[in-house]
Amino acid sequence: MEKFTRKGMIPHIWCAGCGDGVILSEFLRALDELKMNLDKIVVVSGIGCIGRISGYVNLDGFHTTHGRPIAFAVGLKATRPDLKVVVISGDGDLFAIGGNHFIHAARRNIDMTVICSNNFNYGMTGGQSGPTTILEDRTTTTPYGNIEHPFNLVHLAAASGAVYVARWTTIHVRRLRESIKKALTKKGFTFVEVITPCPEQYGRRNKMPGPRDQSNWLKEKSIIQHFTDPLKAEVGPEKIVVGEFVDADKPEYTDLLRRQVIAIQGRLDQEGKLTNAPL
Amino acid sequence: MLRRDLLSGAHFTQGDIACAEGAIAAGCRFFAGYPITPATEVAEHMARRLPEVGGVYLQMEDEIGSVAAIIGASYGGVKSMTSTSGPGFSLMQENIGLAVMTETPIVIVDVMRGGPSTGQPTKAGQQDVMQAKWGSHGDYEIVALSPSSVQETFDLTVQAFNLAERYRIPVFVMIDELIGHMRERLVIPSPDEIEIVNRKKPTVPPDAYNPFKPDKDLVPPMAVFGEGYRFYATGLTHDETGHPQTDSAEEQAKLVRRLCDKIRKNRDAIVQVKKIFLDDAKVCLIAYGSEARSAIAAVTRARKRGIKAGFLGLTTIWPFPDKEIEAVADQVDRIVVAEMNYGQIVREVERRFDYHKITFASKLGEDPHTPEELLTHIAGDER
Amino acid sequence: MERSRKPLSPQHKLKILEVDIVTMPDRCKGCELCIELCPKDVLDYDPKLNVHGVHPPRVVNEEACVGCGLCEEICPDLAIFQRRKGEDKC
Repeated sequence: MEKFTRKGMIPHIWCAGCGDGVILSEFLRALDELKMNLDKIVVVSGIGCIGRISGYVNLDGFHTTHGRPIAFAVGLKATRPDLKVVVISGDGDLFAIGGNHFIHAARRNIDMTVICSNNFNYGMTGGQSGPTTILEDRTTTTPYGNIEHPFNLVHLAAASGAVYVARWTTIHVRRLRESIKKALTKKGFTFVEVITPCPEQYGRRNKMPGPRDQSNWLKEKSIIQHFTDPLKAEVGPEKIVVGEFVDADKPEYTDLLRRQVIAIQGRLDQEGKLTNAPL
Repeated sequence: MLRRDLLSGAHFTQGDIACAEGAIAAGCRFFAGYPITPATEVAEHMARRLPEVGGVYLQMEDEIGSVAAIIGASYGGVKSMTSTSGPGFSLMQENIGLAVMTETPIVIVDVMRGGPSTGQPTKAGQQDVMQAKWGSHGDYEIVALSPSSVQETFDLTVQAFNLAERYRIPVFVMIDELIGHMRERLVIPSPDEIEIVNRKKPTVPPDAYNPFKPDKDLVPPMAVFGEGYRFYATGLTHDETGHPQTDSAEEQAKLVRRLCDKIRKNRDAIVQVKKIFLDDAKVCLIAYGSEARSAIAAVTRARKRGIKAGFLGLTTIWPFPDKEIEAVADQVDRIVVAEMNYGQIVREVERRFDYHKITFASKLGEDPHTPEELLTHIAGDER
Repeated sequence: MERSRKPLSPQHKLKILEVDIVTMPDRCKGCELCIELCPKDVLDYDPKLNVHGVHPPRVVNEEACVGCGLCEEICPDLAIFQRRKGEDKC
């Protein structure tokens, strides 16, 4: 694993038992098994604990402002389709402030992989509630219990047009790795949600104080139900539905773009013109 | 040899289109933006032209994403830009800070309209000029250029890309709506008449490369993704290796100072002004953008009347032409500043000249001053 | 109607991987996930504290280890690895 991490950056800043470490580990193992050209992979991350990952992996990377890794990645991929662009960020970064960018990138079906570390809160800033906080759970900004319904990220991704949607927890190490491999190799907008323990902020406030407690919750309450209707793929205290939910095919953005550019330039060549645009 | 990306020759077109053509001539191959009056024509023209030259037009879901996308493309090695007006410009500010911090060459065009807020979308204004310098949080320096004609819009857009590449900064082209939408003669130069600057590339192999280690000119060479450099950039305060240094006061001071000094120490190479009839002038008229057009006419008429008036046009608004104004201040008795706002650049002039001897000619609404209105201010009739 | 996969019983005898467990104690942050999740109870606390002030894991039941690799994969800190016996890399 050492060749994949930047020198001097490990041990990382993540807490004991934090699922982000497992995501890092499984992502690197996935890259190792795929034998991809490491010079052509770019990791884009946002603000949050998982956002630090672009500093830990020994790959080209960028750490954007809050909520914007997908927008950055879209600009990068559209102009450099030769690169493999992976966005790894958190539930708040991708779905609260960054929600708009997520749905549009999925809609465009632009070839990139988005891995969401969903720990149900905003960990880096101290444990505030977020768009995936479970109903009735406690965070620093829902001290009396959360009264907002959370997003079902799998449903959101599927509805927005992602061609591959999967959800795993950090306990499902091998299946997570296989899903990451599939997401990286499949053409189009692919999404993997990873349910991640956050013992220090979320677990501690919701009766799961130690790393073992939250991991045990994931182990006991998760159930694999491949290709269940995304709408029914719920995440709650009693049931966490994991598996692959969407594996579809549809024309991808950079392919359509390339085809269009070739057609336009071909027409100009045929007509012997420099431009068809009115000046 | 005829080139698709440089339509050399004479055209009759509007400022927005001249801006787009200038960008393409400078090598821009990516545009991400959102439609907004009066900048929409830049986007529409880019949508037509970029595929013709092998570039990419991407209509993002908002202006915030637009700047993030052009930063992404720039880090992929592609010259990129966006265009907007006041309301979009406000949205872009956070990521402008990101471009400054990660030293990303990008060009942002602001076709200014009446503000604040939604304001008057189809009417000219010059109300965003302070925002170009101070809009994002934190200490930073940028370059902002202001064209006064369609031809100058083309030329300054090319220069904007060159400046962005040379100094690794976001550069702003502040066009007021009047110039953006007016139609005038545009001469696109031939290939040997146009100067293109590209960013410095690293001269060391990947294992010796520090992404934010500056050369003597304070600008670090910029590697591009996908070439094996395996580097990363972050908006957090960082050291020369690019790694976050959120606890070190020393690194913060070092970084902020260098990001600002990049421009401050190189300002002589960046600042441009227009000087007309200034040699023996006793009253100086300062203006930029569409106001400059009326100002030149006013000063010409004033001279015919025997008034020793001169004109200083601010082609570069930021960094502010302080030395040039101080030189003028030494010789004149009065300065008239004409702007289409309620007091922005005049404040910068007030810092360098006796406040009591400055006349501020403010215009709000659709048009700049007429030459006659400016003549009144020059002659001192309104006092 | 809900469908869930039922695991198949393997038809053949599983091959057990002969491995050593290698730890990097000063990377460990004491989350105990490896100890908790090991299906064969191979690991337990090391009474010695590491540089972070926590107890890293140590092998207490070497013969029970089947080389499943879960400890290595569940560790968030890249602090525990399995190495095939006879090889020098993990």
